[in-house]
Amino acid sequence: MTISASFKKKLKYFDLDISFSFAKKNMMVMIGPSGGGKTTIIRMLAGLEKPQEGKVVFGDEVWFDSLRRINVPPQKRRLGYVFQDYNLFPHLNLFDNAAFAAVDKKQVDDLFELFKISHLKKRKPHMVSGGERQRCAICQALARHPRILLLDEPFSALDAITRRGLREELKNLKGNMSFPIIYVTHDITEALYLADELLPVVEGKIDDNWMQRMMNREPSEKVALRAAREPRLSLVY
Amino acid sequence: MDYLALYVTLKLALVTTVFLMVIAAPIAYALAYYRFAGKSFLEALIYLPMALPPTVIGFYLIIVMGPKGFMGKTWSLLTGGSLLFTFIGITIASIIYSIPFAVQPMKAAFSKIDRRLLESAYVLGLSKRATFFRVIIPNSISGIAAAAILVFLHSIGAFGVLLMVGGSIAGETKVASIAIYEAVEMMNYQLAGMIALSFIPISYVFLLLINKLNEDSSV
Repeated sequence: MTISASFKKKLKYFDLDISFSFAKKNMMVMIGPSGGGKTTIIRMLAGLEKPQEGKVVFGDEVWFDSLRRINVPPQKRRLGYVFQDYNLFPHLNLFDNAAFAAVDKKQVDDLFELFKISHLKKRKPHMVSGGERQRCAICQALARHPRILLLDEPFSALDAITRRGLREELKNLKGNMSFPIIYVTHDITEALYLADELLPVVEGKIDDNWMQRMMNREPSEKVALRAAREPRLSLVY
Repeated sequence: MDYLALYVTLKLALVTTVFLMVIAAPIAYALAYYRFAGKSFLEALIYLPMALPPTVIGFYLIIVMGPKGFMGKTWSLLTGGSLLFTFIGITIASIIYSIPFAVQPMKAAFSKIDRRLLESAYVLGLSKRATFFRVIIPNSISGIAAAAILVFLHSIGAFGVLLMVGGSIAGETKVASIAIYEAVEMMNYQLAGMIALSFIPISYVFLLLINKLNEDSSV
């Protein structure tokens, strides 16, 4: 099963114009400076935003086609989407959150075991740490048996130590997954650590040289300067 | 002591509250989440009863609900009866009179919910309707309760609108506030005082409840 997408959309500061495709059982990391259109791309994949022109094909299913006026709503795409925060419903405890759209509720116990949050089942989201919330958010997404998993900077609101731990767990886990994962980050270390494939996105377009420029720390452009700060910091951890 | 008037008042307030909650929820939802042409005009129109003298609302309701008005005509075609001077008539009047007090707090509660929560629900496969019942309602329950209490209190206190639309028929349209007015007119201060006194604990307890709900939702 392959997912291929092409999008065109006018954004406030630049025009997004990108196309990519990648195959099953892989982790593709979309990397690039903040504000470069990564989240917009993920949201268009999820069906939460509409590109002006474009096409998304998943396997033999067309999710979006501007010419044929096809736009499958997010409800029917059956994908998992974890963002920085706000995935969990504040009125439900962790277990009910993960079981919210679960195919099989019994599986939630196994997932909680795997992500080491079984002891927190009855807690509400505001009673646990950010890292535990994100673990639960991943359980919530997995329990739905997604056909593709979208992770939009899922660990960037966490402290460095927790982030590193979760990053390692995710890397171990991805071997067991039977679906593709798209991981969004602006952190080069994280990207190199996790990626099977890399997709550097700068101002809405693929820029294969961006990472090289960043690592050489060539402060030639304004954009580069702005983006370089964060990855450089994270190299310390 | 005019227990019958008190009973009519409470019955009216309860029926108004129940109906208004159901009517106001979709309106508040649309105002909170959708952008459409003429939205601010519609919103101002919905809040208009709050800014008009009750007698003005009453006057227009008499026109609309009278035998020649479109509501009165339809009603008499359907049932053969009149809308004016009936319990159903004052219920409709009371609903219109209290609409702003239901819509405004509900809209505020709905708008406070983070949009990402709704998107998360959509991605998890929930339809808009299921999201409304499983995510929006449980996360704005204190705002909805506050709206219900405000409507209840506001309809307990209605006077001018009800007097114009319903008159004062004992057991049907004579609510406690009208009973007080009539008792005073007849110089029966003892009766007026008794009914008036019975309002104070009810209103006070409900206001306490609202404060409690506001505290809970701000935590």
